[in-house]
Amino acid sequence: MWERIRLEPSRFALHLAVLLIVAMWTLPTAGLLVSSLRDKNLIATSGWWTALTTTVRSAQTRTGEAAVQVEQDGRFVISGNLFEGAGDGPGTITAFGTRVAKPDEFAVGTTASYEDGRTLTVNADGAYSYTSPVKFEDGRGQRVFYMTAVPPKFTTENYSNVLFSQGIGRAFVNSLTVTIPATIIPILIAAFAAYALAWMKIPGRGFMISVVVGLLVVPLQMSLIPLLKLYNASGFLSKTYLGIWLAHTGFGLPFAIYLLRSYIAGLPRDLIESAQVDGANDFKIFRRIILPLSFPALASFAIFQFLWVWNDLLVAIVFLGTEPDKTVLTYQLNSLLGSRGGNWEILTASAFITIVVPLLVFFSLQGYFVRGLLAGSVKGG
Amino acid sequence: MTAQLFSALLTVVIGVGGCLAYFWGSNTLLDRLLPVDASNDERSIRNLKRQSTVRPWLFLLPALILLTIYLIYPVFQTIWLSFHDKAGDAFVGLDNYRWALNDTGFRTSIFNNFLWLLVVPAACTFLGLVIAVLTDRIWWGPLAKSFIFLPMAISFVGASVIWKFVYDYRAEGQEQIGILNAVVEWFGFSPQVWIAMPFWNNFFLMVILIWIQTGFATVILGAALRGVPEDTLEAAVIDGAGPFKIFWRIMVPQIMPTIIVVWTTITVLVLKVFDIVLTMTNGQWDTQVLANLMFDWMFRGGGDFGRGAAIAIIIMIAVLPIMIWNIRQANAEQKGGH
Repeated sequence: MWERIRLEPSRFALHLAVLLIVAMWTLPTAGLLVSSLRDKNLIATSGWWTALTTTVRSAQTRTGEAAVQVEQDGRFVISGNLFEGAGDGPGTITAFGTRVAKPDEFAVGTTASYEDGRTLTVNADGAYSYTSPVKFEDGRGQRVFYMTAVPPKFTTENYSNVLFSQGIGRAFVNSLTVTIPATIIPILIAAFAAYALAWMKIPGRGFMISVVVGLLVVPLQMSLIPLLKLYNASGFLSKTYLGIWLAHTGFGLPFAIYLLRSYIAGLPRDLIESAQVDGANDFKIFRRIILPLSFPALASFAIFQFLWVWNDLLVAIVFLGTEPDKTVLTYQLNSLLGSRGGNWEILTASAFITIVVPLLVFFSLQGYFVRGLLAGSVKGG
Repeated sequence: MTAQLFSALLTVVIGVGGCLAYFWGSNTLLDRLLPVDASNDERSIRNLKRQSTVRPWLFLLPALILLTIYLIYPVFQTIWLSFHDKAGDAFVGLDNYRWALNDTGFRTSIFNNFLWLLVVPAACTFLGLVIAVLTDRIWWGPLAKSFIFLPMAISFVGASVIWKFVYDYRAEGQEQIGILNAVVEWFGFSPQVWIAMPFWNNFFLMVILIWIQTGFATVILGAALRGVPEDTLEAAVIDGAGPFKIFWRIMVPQIMPTIIVVWTTITVLVLKVFDIVLTMTNGQWDTQVLANLMFDWMFRGGGDFGRGAAIAIIIMIAVLPIMIWNIRQANAEQKGGH
């Protein structure tokens, strides 16, 4: 319908505007993904947007130790390759120096002289020769400063590091352990309740629906302290998976009942009445007719609850505690943010692991998600 | 890890199985205790009536119990606790509320919460509307929308890491690795420590929530816009109305109910915002908000449940008008239809 309404500015500006908005929305996540795959030295010294270009940066290493020296034409020589000692792989040296303040004092291929007659020659490929008129005595090698051009380098090392050394792998399994039951249990309980509130004759039905609608917006904060006290007093729920499943079920129920009830109430009356005439009781109607027909609504809620539980931090901290063997991904990521604040190779890889499951769920089931959103809000809830 | 996976699987089976067993068992028991047969005698009819009185409660029972324990009872208990001391033993009257009014941390939080309430719902709704209108008119609109929608799937903690990286600061002269400071330097300004700039840092945190929630607004408002009758738009075009006039005078008023729903939904979310502040600043540099302050008091020094409860009540009071509005809407809808 829009094509028929001539709106200025022109089509070109429109495409450009949308492109710009999309870029603003995607760049932050793209930065995370790109960085998580980069070498950790590169992340710390250059922007992720330069990941595909060769970067020149300063670095330092030491020459070989005195033990490797050989005597040549009356001079003592230590030779080797600068990249052997350095952490990063082979690159191209553009310049080198003998002082930290001037890592680019000498061009490659030239020879730098020290005051006492020692000399240092460095080639572009990293090969060096360090010579002295007298025998080297100092056990450690001489410090060399250089500028190196590092080609783009991608690695999955960050991922294996965080998965196995930073507790992210264990937290991933914990998150699954929390999320799967906390998604399935409320669906079942809410579906029965929703059917009862939609189609069965019960006193106080209208009141109960109002209560559910009211509970939709009750802030979680209202429940935290009393439940924490209750859990501590009960013992068996405190800091257990059972405790957190029930908590997520309780918190998810109002939305689940609301969403499913409005869907189930919209199913055709004839269908249910004819089944009743055939002598089917409500339990049978629920199993044979309601459940299969409500699949879209059930799937919508399942996605919501899955994302909400997987992404939750508050309920997990309060009800599951902070012991390392039970913490979930969001908690682990938050504590890495505190302890490894500057280590972006760890943070970006960990963050990507925590968001990859929701992203997959979201992309594969986007249709159900959108349908649930529309059902949950447009009707005015 | 294998053992953990196995035990997780087992508990899923037990939990879900237990649930199924309850519903199947209780309903079968009901059929056995009050048998109904086809003979249509007096007993059958009486049993059928009894069955239909009992069965709804079998369906509702688990939900009612859980709602009561996890939401209804805590509301009353929190009200009660807010009038008691830190351990919940001695009655202290309004002391916790009086403390709150005089506490600088609380005042900062209230002020910041107002800022959040003012900016985030408005920004999300406005951006959502604009994006919905723009993407509706181009062939790759659905694709663009799913990119804008994507952050909805990301946790607040994950989003905080993403944005902390965007805001990363290196001293002037060093190469910036945060994209915002890189852009700022490219334009010739000096880099800033964005999240430690009092007052303005609040807005840098809000950007994260806006980034997450705009997709929600776009989808809902986009659906509503598509429902705007075409003839009203055509009539406006014939009358010579410009694009902005059509947008503000014709489209926006027609989807006002949906705008209100989006606005209130995001408002409720904003009041509960906790993770973003906790992970980005933990309330430092004057960024504290009520939900994070409450969390703080719950655990700080063994926890002060009285003060924590008082803060929760204040969040609840802010939500109350929306809650009443929602219930009235739902009641009106019930009377109207099924």
